[in-house]
Amino acid sequence: MANHTVRQILAVTALNLRNIPARLDSSLVAVVGIAGVVGVLVALLSISEGFKATVSQKGRDDAVIIIRGGSGNELSSALAKDQVQVITDAPGLARIDGEALASPELFTILDLPTRREGASGPASNVPFRGVGPHAAQIRRAFRIIDGRMLSAGHDEVIVGKAAATQFYGLEVGRQIIAGSRRWSIVGIFSDDGSVSESEVWADRWVLAGAYRRGTTVQSVHAKLESKATLGQLKRSLAGDPRVDISVLTEREFLAEQSKILVTIIRTLGFTIALLMGAGAVFAAVNTMYSAVAARTREIATLRAIGFGGTPVLVSVLVEALALGLLGGVLGGAAAYAAFNGYQTSTLNFATFSQVSFAFRVTPGLLVTGVVYALLLGLVGGLLPGWRAAHMPVTEGLRAT
Amino acid sequence: MQPLIHLRDLVKEYRRGTERLRVLDGLSLEIGEGEFVALMGPSGSGKSTLLNLLGGLDRMTSGELTIGGLAIGELPDAALARWRADHVGFVFQMYNLLPVLTAEANVELPLLLSDLPAAERRRRARAALTLVGLEDRLSHRPRELSGGQEQRVGIARAIVSDPTLLLCDEPTGDLDRKSGDEILDLLQELNRQHGKTILMVTHDPRAAARATRQLHLDKGVLHAEVR
Ligand SMILES: Nc1ncnc2c1ncn2[C@@H]1O[C@H](COP(=O)(O)OP(=O)(O)OP(=O)(O)O)[C@@H](O)[C@H]1O
Ligand SMILES: [Mg+2]
Repeated sequence: MANHTVRQILAVTALNLRNIPARLDSSLVAVVGIAGVVGVLVALLSISEGFKATVSQKGRDDAVIIIRGGSGNELSSALAKDQVQVITDAPGLARIDGEALASPELFTILDLPTRREGASGPASNVPFRGVGPHAAQIRRAFRIIDGRMLSAGHDEVIVGKAAATQFYGLEVGRQIIAGSRRWSIVGIFSDDGSVSESEVWADRWVLAGAYRRGTTVQSVHAKLESKATLGQLKRSLAGDPRVDISVLTEREFLAEQSKILVTIIRTLGFTIALLMGAGAVFAAVNTMYSAVAARTREIATLRAIGFGGTPVLVSVLVEALALGLLGGVLGGAAAYAAFNGYQTSTLNFATFSQVSFAFRVTPGLLVTGVVYALLLGLVGGLLPGWRAAHMPVTEGLRAT
Repeated sequence: MQPLIHLRDLVKEYRRGTERLRVLDGLSLEIGEGEFVALMGPSGSGKSTLLNLLGGLDRMTSGELTIGGLAIGELPDAALARWRADHVGFVFQMYNLLPVLTAEANVELPLLLSDLPAAERRRRARAALTLVGLEDRLSHRPRELSGGQEQRVGIARAIVSDPTLLLCDEPTGDLDRKSGDEILDLLQELNRQHGKTILMVTHDPRAAARATRQLHLDKGVLHAEVR
């Protein structure tokens, strides 16, 4: 019995698929509609993928960022001088000549026009970070690519590569005005594509002076002796009544930072895809209704011969799924061709500053797109399939 | 012996909104196994409707209908479809072949509903096509065949699963005289040599004359039965 049903389904479905070329036009409408939706969905999600990748992909497990307990990000964190002391004295940190590889850092915002807009363009936020002397060693692959390193105690800044590309006037030899001071740009640095590349750095004490921050910092960035000493560090700091702080590995920290934007983009992406999807489903429903109408007599003949309604329903669904699959693959491929690697920058909602990143059309996204396309096809095929399976045979036989 | 088909007070009404159209108005009829019955009558008299009821394609409004002792009106849809596959072969005026399939594949279709292995299905499809004289047209598609040939394929498809009953709705209605005669020869042969029970709707008295029995349907009532 089950064997019959499977054979019937295969036979009717094969017949149905062989009929597609006869109705290519209307099939294409559905395919293109679905491809459009999937293209937009994948493109939108590739933004969040790219952002997530840039922000957290290369996050290390042997570097930590220490902020006030419950802060979640550097902006809302504050650590007093003696807390910083407790942190830098804690076990588990990498040391050179007994001194911890740790950089107490503080953080503010510069307002700069983008390069594209030019000198008089509207200002965007650029993170302006005060760093300790070990900051460069703690970063992943810090390297001066133009000019030189900061010298302590001077009104100097170095600029991350991405920030230099993105914003107007960030060139070695020029000056910027911030915190009622003039800062000379002395170098450009790269850091293997990390978020640091979107920042401008100054000496922490000079920045603290310019912005009247006293001795308070917002975070301590530090290198662990090894991945394995994280537990030791955490236990020691957690057990110390003088500090209330959270210790996050760089990977954890960056993932946390990207969460908000990723959530926003995904919500937006799925909302738009849902709205557009409704349109595509209408197109698919239409296509499938006309497909069923074109095959009315054929379906009725099969039913008269003794084929069941289920194989007819399944065959329509399979056709709709096939159209969905085609649309999904085309839409995904188009999004990949158009957007994969597309370079842009966006506001980091955690720090309210610009972060550069590239769209990433990942295999996972393509799968998401194709699954969505199949879903659209399936929904589009349900009503027409139901009608085909339940159409009175006698009426179908009379159809021309 | 019990007749193959037994009808008593068969009524069929179509409902269109609140309006009810009585198409078959209390038919009673018995058809024995091995009969070749021609069903005549003016257009709209309900011939196709009766054929569809006998073939389990439609449901009667009231009355008794048994075929081979089975009250097919009481079968649920799925069982009725199975019953059709096992017991009825339909021959249509417009042939109703599937255009994308070869003659052989068209004829094989009903066998997909059986448990026969593929090789046996193909063998039987060829045997049926040979019986209708189309053994040299196995891989032709319907549009590569003449109308008469298409109808032969239709007949081969109707007999391939060796049904109890052949139901033909104006099988020669779309054919020229010569092809029509050949189809009638074939039906007659199926009746005489192979003992098939056939019910054929036709407008053509010459065609009806080939049958062993003629029925006239008018305004939903069976009239003068000519033997
Ligand atoms: N599905 C339906 N709904 C409503 N009325 C129907 C339906 N099918 C048939 N009828 C009506 O029933 C009557 C009989 O139709 P039927 O097709 O049985 O006639 P027929 O004798 O086969 O005619 P013809 O010789 O033209 O084929 C007609 O008046 C037709 O309009
Ligand atoms: Mg008719």
